[in-house]
Amino acid sequence: MPDLKEIMIDKEIDARGSFCPGPLMELIRGMKALPVGGVLAVLSSDPGSAKDIPAWVQKAKHDYLGTFPEQGYTRFVARKTH
Amino acid sequence: MEDRMSIIVFSGTVDKLMAASILATGGAAMGLEVELFLTTWGLEAFRKDHYKTNTKVSSDFEEYGQVMMEQMTAKKVPSWMENLRDAKEVGDVKIYACSMTMELFDMRLSDLEPIVDEVTGVATFVERAKEGRFTLFI
Repeated sequence: MPDLKEIMIDKEIDARGSFCPGPLMELIRGMKALPVGGVLAVLSSDPGSAKDIPAWVQKAKHDYLGTFPEQGYTRFVARKTH
Repeated sequence: MEDRMSIIVFSGTVDKLMAASILATGGAAMGLEVELFLTTWGLEAFRKDHYKTNTKVSSDFEEYGQVMMEQMTAKKVPSWMENLRDAKEVGDVKIYACSMTMELFDMRLSDLEPIVDEVTGVATFVERAKEGRFTLFI
């Protein structure tokens, strides 16, 4: 997994406090709106996101760049590939 | 076999509608076709504007009903109707109303929330569910 500092994030969505599957839905919407090659980060405090978000990114065939735990939430980062 | 998830929505209580709506959203997000077949109390719950005032919960946990509704408001949990709108936005979700219940309750499609796509019979639903991956009864 790359270092978070080395990743250029184009857009960050704060979905903290939102419930399953809210953060995943925010990620899907965000990916739709992003140009190809763009990097999206979603902040989530929902424990379901840890598995749901990487699973969706893989299923949708985008690049999953990493899961970065913060204090009380997690930052999920992915690059849009198509 | 098709990548489809079918859900028979029989219950009209908020707890079960919430479960159905979240499963539908998950299915849609993961690229499955999702079909909901609304019947009996599940269809009654889709009468226009009905969801805004529906606070019923399953009778086996009735005593938790009020607390659950208060928690959902306090934590700003999206309603099951909002979940279904989200599911439709991200994926291929169809919502069918059971024709037999429509007759029984003297309903027309125009009496229902616009999220309902069309009226269909049980045979059509079963025929399509048969080709899908799995079917849930909620």
